[in-house]
Amino acid sequence: LLFSLFREKKRRRVVELTEKMVVDGGNGSTCEWDGRWNHIKKFLERSGPFTHPDFEPSTESLQLMLETCKILVIGAGGLGCELLKDLALSGFRNLHVVDMDTIDISNLNRQFLFRSKDVGRPKADVAADFINSRIPGCRAVPHFKKIQDFDETFYRQFHIIVCGLDSIVARRWLNGVLSLLVYEDGVLDPRSIIPVIDGGTEGFKGNARVILPGMTACIDCTLELYPPQINFPMCTIASMPRLPEHCVEFVRVLLWPKEKPFGGKESLFCLFICVCVCVCVCVCVCVCVCVCVCVCLCECGLDDVILDGDDPAHIQWVYQKSLERAAEFNITGVTYRLTQGVVKRIIPAVASTNAVIAAACATEVFKIATSAYTPLNNYMVFNDVDGLYTYTFEAERKENCSACSQIPLDLHFSSSSKLQEVLDYLTESASLQMKSPAVTATVEGKNKTLYLQSVASIEQRTRPNLSKTLKELGLTDGQELAVADVTTPQTMLFRLCFTS
Amino acid sequence: MDAQTESKLWGDHGQEALENAHICLINATATGTEILKNLVLPGIGAFTIVDGHTVTGEDVGNKAQAATELLQELNSDVSGNFVEESPDKLLDNDPEFFHRFTIVIGVQLPESTCLRLGSVLWNASVPFLVCKTYGLLGYMRLVVQEHTVIESHPDNALEDLRLDQPFAEFQNHVKSYDLDSMDKKDHSHTPWIIIVAKYLEKWFSEHNCRLPKNYKEKEAFRQFIREGILKNENGVPEDEENFEEAIKNVNTALNLTKIPSTVEDLFNSEQCNSITSQSPSFWVMLRAVKEFVHNEGNGSLPVRGTIPDMIADSQKFINLQNVYREKALQDAAAVSKHVECLLQSVGKVCKNASFLRVVRCRSLAEEYSVDSVNKDEITSCMDNPDSEMVFYLMLRAVDRFYQQHSRYPGVYNYQVEEDISKLKLSVNSLLQEYSFNNFCHYVLGSAAQEAIKIISHQFVPFNNTFIYNAMSQTSATLQL
Repeated sequence: LLFSLFREKKRRRVVELTEKMVVDGGNGSTCEWDGRWNHIKKFLERSGPFTHPDFEPSTESLQLMLETCKILVIGAGGLGCELLKDLALSGFRNLHVVDMDTIDISNLNRQFLFRSKDVGRPKADVAADFINSRIPGCRAVPHFKKIQDFDETFYRQFHIIVCGLDSIVARRWLNGVLSLLVYEDGVLDPRSIIPVIDGGTEGFKGNARVILPGMTACIDCTLELYPPQINFPMCTIASMPRLPEHCVEFVRVLLWPKEKPFGGKESLFCLFICVCVCVCVCVCVCVCVCVCVCVCLCECGLDDVILDGDDPAHIQWVYQKSLERAAEFNITGVTYRLTQGVVKRIIPAVASTNAVIAAACATEVFKIATSAYTPLNNYMVFNDVDGLYTYTFEAERKENCSACSQIPLDLHFSSSSKLQEVLDYLTESASLQMKSPAVTATVEGKNKTLYLQSVASIEQRTRPNLSKTLKELGLTDGQELAVADVTTPQTMLFRLCFTS
Repeated sequence: MDAQTESKLWGDHGQEALENAHICLINATATGTEILKNLVLPGIGAFTIVDGHTVTGEDVGNKAQAATELLQELNSDVSGNFVEESPDKLLDNDPEFFHRFTIVIGVQLPESTCLRLGSVLWNASVPFLVCKTYGLLGYMRLVVQEHTVIESHPDNALEDLRLDQPFAEFQNHVKSYDLDSMDKKDHSHTPWIIIVAKYLEKWFSEHNCRLPKNYKEKEAFRQFIREGILKNENGVPEDEENFEEAIKNVNTALNLTKIPSTVEDLFNSEQCNSITSQSPSFWVMLRAVKEFVHNEGNGSLPVRGTIPDMIADSQKFINLQNVYREKALQDAAAVSKHVECLLQSVGKVCKNASFLRVVRCRSLAEEYSVDSVNKDEITSCMDNPDSEMVFYLMLRAVDRFYQQHSRYPGVYNYQVEEDISKLKLSVNSLLQEYSFNNFCHYVLGSAAQEAIKIISHQFVPFNNTFIYNAMSQTSATLQL
């Protein structure tokens, strides 16, 4: 049913386009040659025992796919480059790519759309340029932005979205946005569903999955599948290091903010510039403007310098200090490379794993776009440490998923529980795994922020609330709590249920 | 080119092996160049493309020369060459051409070429990787007589703690702890390995020197340890994470130290027992390890020497770690006395002794020949209607078709109907030959990774046939 609705949408679009083409006078494209699409045509013009039950072979399918299907690729890194190549070579011409990063030299051994002359430029721009110049007819559009810079109206325009993201938080955010799209006044509208194909890799392992938000398991439905990130406990870092990694973390987390090795020089420099500018401005403009400018410049000059994993001078400093720390405790094994790996949180990446997972994802895009074969249902894992291993299964959707269902979750606490306990639950629960939730509620008719971490002044003001009980804060049984967090694009509603 | 991230996975010596490798790719199709791209990016030393085909509409952009140039762009440190000649011609005129390569990858080769090339490479001990894609099916076949792996890097390997047969230095170290007289801070920061060892000693004295064997006994042992947790003045147990770790690890800590069957098989193999001046160093070292096992090792492999991280203060942890490390060095020194080879390699072998692997693939001739075809594997797979074995047989039938008609089935629309019946005949003839009475671009990043495993001798390659079905996103590894 879903795919026939999907095809209906495409058919309408073809009619529109055909009319447009008649008006414009032809497709204008001179980059076709005989036999270019022979391989692909064979899939779309013939039926067979393995094709989708609703598939009807036709010569229109190819044209349809090439001209109308609009695909969004998220990420132009290891997976993103492979995805763009695979999709463009398969014949998709309407590609958009979003990536907020610029190219670093360490990317060049995997992200093959980039060359050393491109270092420093936005990944999305360079990737799109490369694809457009090497693959005739392809029109890739780059967006040098964060995914959070767009809202639902942007995402709504795509037929299929493919993700090659490197963070679970980002995946969850996107997952949340697309789940929002499918609900109209609380009711699921299947025509608004945009299939998402999500790929992830780490060393020799990877996975590919197909998500139909609101209908099949989404990222949050299966949050427990993602292993928790390993962070060393503070007491180990501060007083009981055992591994070389503990020594590096000590320097990164505790010593660097204390000693600010590169901080002093930089603020002096800024101050100098401030003074120069002030003098110039004073001469040309009126006094009050001059004062404002002074104040602004001075403030930015006093910022601490953040540890930059790509700056060899920074890493060298951390390395030396880590060696000293290690020597204190007779720990061996601190090397420059280990230091850099810990600071940059480098996860080893392999070109071939990215190639495999991207290919699996691109295959799914092809299947869904053409309805030629049944898509993956719905999760495949891959591991090539020992031989080659794949495992495919159907991940189950959670009926009351906090992201893709509209059912508000219940929070069970006694009225004498402290607010801190509620926050701990939101961050530690395997199915929620929030990062720094901000909680607001309506108390005595007024909207009240109970706790918010991201703005320093509000954090200070609301911190005492953490040790107050829910009763003391004026909360009642059955009332709603609104929670905002980086893992979700929209505020999540919870219902507070007091236990006796 | 910064090969840093990959080096973390296979080390500088693995990277060096890659940089010294010269790979041959036969047929610069989309599949072939994709494989090569995934080898050029991590930094192989050199490649040579062999391709005698002229350009057709489908493959524009894949011409051998253009391919070579584009691939070289990806990594300026790689040197690329191409030979515009068909592999059959080369086999006719200069078969030794192929002897110089570290590995040969053949893409979309007809059956006859595969067999000819396979036999030349088998005799020259050059690994051969055969790859085919057909529609949404992928196929890989590894052909190598003997491929040794010292560093297999297994996932989830068990630790080598020797708690069931503690060596003397460890026992002495454990004696230096007296849990009952420690202050609270020391008590809570004693490594769990020490705790288990101490309680095991007590258990031995009460149970006639027998380890806890079944679930009931292990549960009793866990309870025994739990009772050792310090209590405060009100009798409430304190928060001692190290004791919790000990309890959690009881199951695996009490595993018997034994030699894995894969290693026993290697010890019993002919190559290990008849070492000559021609023996490759892998077998010499393996033999030395075997000698160690029968002498200094008292039936066990050299100690690995690593311990997992655990809750403990720095000094206690480092001291314990050093006990294991020094024993490992001692054992390695004993092994090296049995060896006349590289000391560095020996170090690697000892740490990895449990994980040594040898992969032997059957030759193509054996797979295809009526006498030695692996009928059992094929028939048992055919019992399951969803098995990928169907595709293996289909691909073989397609090869047969090519042999007979010098083209692949269904290239042009008008041929499809006729070819379907001809293909059915090929399938039948194949099945009949093997007398069966009962009677079906993507993903070749894997091919590149298998080639890397062969070149670096790290991680374990597949043995010997891999079929990938992109329609259902499933796969199977078959030994044929």
